[in-house]
Amino acid sequence: MATKQEERREWSRPTAFYNHYVKWAVYAVIAVFLLWSAWNMRISYARVMEGWNSGAGLVTSMFPPEVTPFKMDLLVEGMVESIAMSVVATIIGAIISIPVAFMAAENIAPRPVYWVGRGLITVSRAFHELIIAIIVVKAVGIGALAGVIALTYKTLGFFAKLLAEEIEDIDEGQMEAVEATGANGIQTMLFGVVPQVMPRIVGLSIYRWDINIRHSTIVGIVGAGGIGSTLINSFDKYDYDFFMTIVLAIVAVVIVGELVSTYVRGRIQ
Amino acid sequence: MTDYETWERRTPRQRLIRYVVTLLLVVAAVASWRALNVRYNYLGSAPTEFMDLVNRMYPPAVGYSTEIVSPLIETVHIAVLGTALAVTLSIPVALLGATNTTPNKLGFAVGKFIISFTRSVNVIIWALVFVIIFGSGTLAGVLAVGVRSIGFCSKLIAEAIEEIDPGQVEAIKATGANSVETAIYAIAPQIKPAFIGVSTYRWDINVRASTIIGFVGAGGIGVELNTAINFFQWQRVLTILLAILGIVIFSEFVSAYLRRKVR
Amino acid sequence: MLSVTDLQKTYDTGDEALKGVSMDVTGNEMVAVIGPSGAGKSTFIRCINRLTEPTGGSVKLDDVEVTSLSKKELRNARRDMGMIFQEFNLIERLTVMENVLSGRLGYVSTWKAFRRVFAGDDIERAYEVLDRVGLGGHENDRADELSGGQRQRVGIARAILQRPKILLVDEPTSSLDPETSREVMDLLTEIAAEDDIPVLINIHEVDLAEEYADRIVGLRGGQKVFEGTPADLDESARGQIYRGEEIPDLSTGAQQSAVVEETAGNAPTDEGETRRG
Repeated sequence: MATKQEERREWSRPTAFYNHYVKWAVYAVIAVFLLWSAWNMRISYARVMEGWNSGAGLVTSMFPPEVTPFKMDLLVEGMVESIAMSVVATIIGAIISIPVAFMAAENIAPRPVYWVGRGLITVSRAFHELIIAIIVVKAVGIGALAGVIALTYKTLGFFAKLLAEEIEDIDEGQMEAVEATGANGIQTMLFGVVPQVMPRIVGLSIYRWDINIRHSTIVGIVGAGGIGSTLINSFDKYDYDFFMTIVLAIVAVVIVGELVSTYVRGRIQ
Repeated sequence: MTDYETWERRTPRQRLIRYVVTLLLVVAAVASWRALNVRYNYLGSAPTEFMDLVNRMYPPAVGYSTEIVSPLIETVHIAVLGTALAVTLSIPVALLGATNTTPNKLGFAVGKFIISFTRSVNVIIWALVFVIIFGSGTLAGVLAVGVRSIGFCSKLIAEAIEEIDPGQVEAIKATGANSVETAIYAIAPQIKPAFIGVSTYRWDINVRASTIIGFVGAGGIGVELNTAINFFQWQRVLTILLAILGIVIFSEFVSAYLRRKVR
Repeated sequence: MLSVTDLQKTYDTGDEALKGVSMDVTGNEMVAVIGPSGAGKSTFIRCINRLTEPTGGSVKLDDVEVTSLSKKELRNARRDMGMIFQEFNLIERLTVMENVLSGRLGYVSTWKAFRRVFAGDDIERAYEVLDRVGLGGHENDRADELSGGQRQRVGIARAILQRPKILLVDEPTSSLDPETSREVMDLLTEIAAEDDIPVLINIHEVDLAEEYADRIVGLRGGQKVFEGTPADLDESARGQIYRGEEIPDLSTGAQQSAVVEETAGNAPTDEGETRRG
């Protein structure tokens, strides 16, 4: 954008937006929206200070952690249930996702099948696992079954979407070569597609198991099993010491799960 | 030692490993299923229960929809503020947690710790914690969403920082620029696509999260949803669910648009 | 102008990349540094503006001892040394103009740099330099839209905009085809002559060095084994530099230890040989 003014030329940086006015307008709208949001929260200085002290108190109450034998049992029981839920949900979810992923792959599935596959994935991803958990609890009652169903449902959306993308990225030449030998549809999939996406399937399973562990710890809040119910009970009873102990236990389990997951995925690649 | 008459896809050792792993998986699956103590009679009644629920929900309570406009807007506020907070804080944390920009070992450890810790705690749990500290309301919600997002964003941005071309950084240093100018001219342009991508992706996730943190008192439409469920007002529940679906689709469009704008 | 004395660089691994190299650059001459791969040419150039930290020796730019400068003083000194890179090292996602103007970063405050506000004089000069390197009208193109030759010209423009006292050039043509290489070398010599700036250039292609340089320095195994005019660079001199053959007389009575080098081709166990420059 060079404009000649006598001998001096000027320059200003080109912008991704249509022109500079649009850019400033967009920035202004964003700024106004942020300020409006912040003002709506009505935060007072007193409240922040109060909270800060309260937070400090909470942190100090964490050490030493609360460990009566009874509560310890509750904690362990809840944790075991959560981990069990995550294992089952990941396995079932992965198995269901594989056919759906093939359905949702643009290069393999015929058009109407593609839309069905993609639709299933979108519906699965649209709602948070807690909402699904509530509905399922209403359908099958309180307990781990509801949690497993909810987690499996969310696993489908995640797993099938990423696997479908992986299938869309394969080297079609390999698939064509198999087809050219006279193999039928299923055989082509088995020999031409599956070998290419197998590492991804394994990697995704482990990745999703890690995520499911995190989610399994909270679906209990709405009655779908796992340590979440122990957590929300302690919260409702104002037993904040135990609450923080449970939180720490959850953090520990999640971090261990992540380390295992990273290690195994590193070994596979 | 090749025996040309037989061919096996895998060596005996590989077969053994696969066998053991599969066995372990099956054991884990069965053990987990047993541990859950599933009561199968409920499973049988599930379809009828589910249809019953659907009947109660339909049709959605149209008149009620005006009442939820305000909480819906509050939900968007929470998502936007939380993401903005996280994105701002995630830049220094990412610089600390990236091997090529971290000042020293302690800084690196601090960065990695913050990333790990904030990622490991689910946003709902953060919401509970902040409700304990600051009382229920949108402040707890914004902080919960924000803090959880720091871990997510910083991890991905740190990975992007570690992949930049060091030659460009050197070229800027060679002109005599100081470290901030070097960051602005050599690092920032290289991570900009990743940065925008991560931020909009996380905003998208945060919109979904903001819809339910109200369940534990942290503001947003989750509060209404919780009330409606507790009072068995299923038609209102359907209305709210549809509204949530609407916001989620809207946010997906916005984030897809922004990500296209930045190459 | 530039006076290097006994420059040494030993890496933490024990690798002695530079074993004590001395040379001077004066006036507005172009001095080319040549040598086999792993001789330490790139290390040498990079030690001068301390992109690589030398472990011994002295580098003086107009009587300022560069090796002992503090960080802030070093930044100021780097403004006077314009560097041009083998891989161009442009900021790919920024425009040509921003890349050229980044040469002035040593002179603008951080805040102004953030807002991309540069002095009017600088902008005017940037346009002029772009015209001189033959890229007029391309100022708003993104750097990654340019060809290799064009990118190197932007690199040259960036270095020139610093108004440096010396140009440090690290294998500017290795990533370019022969014809573009010549164009770039022509441009470089032309601009350096016009602005009266000396050039220290590390170059791989000996024929280019012979054609364009006023003086040639030969490095081998981290030591200087030849110094003279292109005319002096005869077959035996090349043999000495590239194959470590013995030669009775050296132009400057410096390290005779160079002839101790093994003549068995490029022995990979020689220290410094396996490193690239």
